[in-house]
Amino acid sequence: MEGLTLSDAEQKYYSDLFSYCDIESTKKVAANGRVLELFRAAQLPNDVVLQIMELCGATRLGYFGRSQFYIALKLVAVAQSGFPLRVESINTVKDLPLPRFVASKNEQESRHAASYSSDSENQGSYSGVIPPPPGRGQVKKGSVSHDTVQPRTSADQQEPASPVVSPQQSPPTSPHTWRKHSRHPSGGNSERPLAGPGPFWSPFGEAQSGSSAGDTVWSGHSPPPPQETWDQTTVRTVASATTANEIRRQSSSYDDPWKITDEQRQYYVNQFKTIQPDLNGFIPGSAAKEFFTKSKLPILELSHIWELSDFDKDGALTLDEFCAAFHLVVARKNGYDLPEKLPESLMPKLIDLEDSADVGDQPGEVGYSGSPAEAPPSKSPSMPSLNQTWPELNQSSEQWETFSERSSSSQTLTQFDSNIAPADPDTAIVHPVPIRMTPSKIHMQEMELKRTGSDHTNPTSPLLVKPSDLSEESKINSSVKFASGNTVADGYSSSDSFTSDPEQIGNNVTHQRSHSGTSPDNTAPPPPPPRPQPSHSRSSSLDMNRTFAVTTGQQQAGVVAHPPAVPPRPQPSQAPGPIVHRPVDADGLITHTSTSPQQIPEQPNFADFSQFEVFAASNVNEEQDDEAEKHPEVLPVEKASDPASSLRVAKTDSKIEEKTAASVPANVSKGTTPLAPPPKPVRRRLKSEDELRPEVDEHTQKTGVLAAVLASQPSIPRSVGKDKKAIQASIRRNKETNTVLARLNSELQQQLKDVLEERISLEVQLEQLRPFSHL
Amino acid sequence: MAVCVAVIAKENYPLYIRSIPTENELKFHYMVHTSLDVVDEKISAMGKALVDQRELYLGLLYPTEDYKVYGYVTNSKVKFVMVVDSSNTALRDNEIRSMFRKLHNSYTDVMCNPFYNPGDRIQSRAFDSMVTSMMIQVLSRAPCCRAGEALWA
Repeated sequence: MEGLTLSDAEQKYYSDLFSYCDIESTKKVAANGRVLELFRAAQLPNDVVLQIMELCGATRLGYFGRSQFYIALKLVAVAQSGFPLRVESINTVKDLPLPRFVASKNEQESRHAASYSSDSENQGSYSGVIPPPPGRGQVKKGSVSHDTVQPRTSADQQEPASPVVSPQQSPPTSPHTWRKHSRHPSGGNSERPLAGPGPFWSPFGEAQSGSSAGDTVWSGHSPPPPQETWDQTTVRTVASATTANEIRRQSSSYDDPWKITDEQRQYYVNQFKTIQPDLNGFIPGSAAKEFFTKSKLPILELSHIWELSDFDKDGALTLDEFCAAFHLVVARKNGYDLPEKLPESLMPKLIDLEDSADVGDQPGEVGYSGSPAEAPPSKSPSMPSLNQTWPELNQSSEQWETFSERSSSSQTLTQFDSNIAPADPDTAIVHPVPIRMTPSKIHMQEMELKRTGSDHTNPTSPLLVKPSDLSEESKINSSVKFASGNTVADGYSSSDSFTSDPEQIGNNVTHQRSHSGTSPDNTAPPPPPPRPQPSHSRSSSLDMNRTFAVTTGQQQAGVVAHPPAVPPRPQPSQAPGPIVHRPVDADGLITHTSTSPQQIPEQPNFADFSQFEVFAASNVNEEQDDEAEKHPEVLPVEKASDPASSLRVAKTDSKIEEKTAASVPANVSKGTTPLAPPPKPVRRRLKSEDELRPEVDEHTQKTGVLAAVLASQPSIPRSVGKDKKAIQASIRRNKETNTVLARLNSELQQQLKDVLEERISLEVQLEQLRPFSHL
Repeated sequence: MAVCVAVIAKENYPLYIRSIPTENELKFHYMVHTSLDVVDEKISAMGKALVDQRELYLGLLYPTEDYKVYGYVTNSKVKFVMVVDSSNTALRDNEIRSMFRKLHNSYTDVMCNPFYNPGDRIQSRAFDSMVTSMMIQVLSRAPCCRAGEALWA
């Protein structure tokens, strides 16, 4: 670069500016905010600025070295003077006035000028938009230093333009004007106890610490708070940037007395910075206490203000909280009464522009604040770490504490989970808890069987076998249980299962199939029946089983035949199986039935037709049939209980049933229903029974009744809905059980009567003989 | 639901005491004062063990004919004493606990205030409002309880 000759004033000025811009003291000024602001403050068109920068070589170098900077400044002066920008003009233009930078710069310049020229100034409280750059070292005047000290809000810095804007009023010119301008428009407070110090930007909120002048008037916004006291904190309004920001931000009107204007906010922020340079950090309670105590408000009111403003109750003030507190203090000072609760406009907001904007300038700020001669916020440099760590810790701990405490306020007394009702009534009711699987398995097997169609011995059979085994067990158990009460249900279920099997069989099959299909469902509904009468199940087990088997095998006529009488006991479980195999022999039948399930898988259930035939053919023993019917019913209900008793019961039942034709169907249905309930097991049994039935054809215990029953069963519309069927089956079973019991009762009554009669007769005889005895 | 709420400092002088104005307040003050003995007794009984293990909620300190007195002590030996009306049978232990919790929270907030010097009387408005909320419930409920009693009678 050509040699640059500067006058002394220029030299000083430029060096000051350079120092100001040279935040990092690296003798190189990158195009940081300050520089930009500076240039913007020069109020030159952007292109001119660019040109200047290019000319001075900064663009080449990428930064502003001292010489470049000086050249730039010179060019600014040139441009401002209206001379064309030329490199040569640097030296050619003579008598250039010092470059003028608006706003802060302007200020500075004026300051500088003043200082240089008159050395008077010092208004310590410049809240220059451009923070008192040279203030530091070169500040000849305290003012400058003050300015530098002023932590310009980042916003300010970033907004070089703002300087122009904010001070708007202020920039203009002389310090005095500034002074006035510093008054925030809203504030209008004119009391500026300007002690004489130079202009200061008032309220823009940058209260900078340390007014060296000591009289920094703290121009609070509206109310001139105890400026004297506050003044210590160098009110420096960083007009420019801050104002710009503030103005931008400031969308509110002044109607709301609690609204913080931009100027005020800026001021507050600046004050905040004096205590805590990091705008994202906290001011610890103690520091805040000291700070606010200066306001000379009574402690009680300060305490209340604190309560209002410490929003998160952490014992520390964030920027927003601090601003709110400050604002409240100001208001109070002006005579406003403190609100009971924090006004909305003072509510702490989330991180806003300033903070984010400030981030970049933080370091600069810090450095700045550290450097100022007047170490106003001496705490800042030392504080940061403390402030940041402690408040955070404090806050976190407080928050934690509060949270834990507060969150636990909800007294959730014991919450009882809604009692989970037994998922499946069947399972609940049915002791043996027929494995749910069985029915499904059975079902599946049935399905498979169906699918396999003719081939019953197909692989599915093994499946059937296995599940049948399981199911058989369960069925047996369930049947046993069911026997007592839910013969009907069992029968139903059995019928269902049968229906499932019988798909291939035909009507009955289909019927059963539907049932079986519904068996899982049946399992659900049926459950109730079995429970009630375990005894019954026992007693009637045999019969039931038989009947059950019969019913199941209604398709298998023969099956039913077995049951009667036979030692139901062992067999009940086997009822399904044995029935198929040995319908004649009760025991065998039972065993048969019991085994039937197992065998059933092997035997196609579908081949019920044969059973049917046999069944139809075999009207041999109605009793047997009945019993068989009963048995099937019993089977599902109770497996092993009391074969004899069950037989008897079955017999009686059968008799009764014989008596009542209608009952037969019921029995049959009962038989089927019993099968149904123990759904899974039943099904299996049904299947087995179905299978057995064909085998049992010979037994043909089933009389026409059974056939009728069977017929009736198939008639049951499968489509009706398995649930309904199940319910109906259970109902039927219950009814049947009731009838059985009723019959038993009647019979017993009859017997009783007979016995009584006998007794009477005997007594008569005795009486007749007595006279002799008397003698 | 409290009829009277008191915050006692470690040195057993009241930091805050407030009761329903309608009643004879002095009686409540006296009750609180006497309850301090019970509190100390409970503290010493449990306090032998590590303080941490000591539960803050002391429970029913002693019942009188008309009132029940509950206690709560913080780790810094600041005691909260609450007097509730016995007729308010709806009050369960959990509710009392929650009330003490709220008290504790509010007290913590008061302590956080840098302008509050520990040992001073508590003059925080927030604390007052919180206590009022607790006590107002009593007032609101009292009539109901009384009414209920009337019905019973």
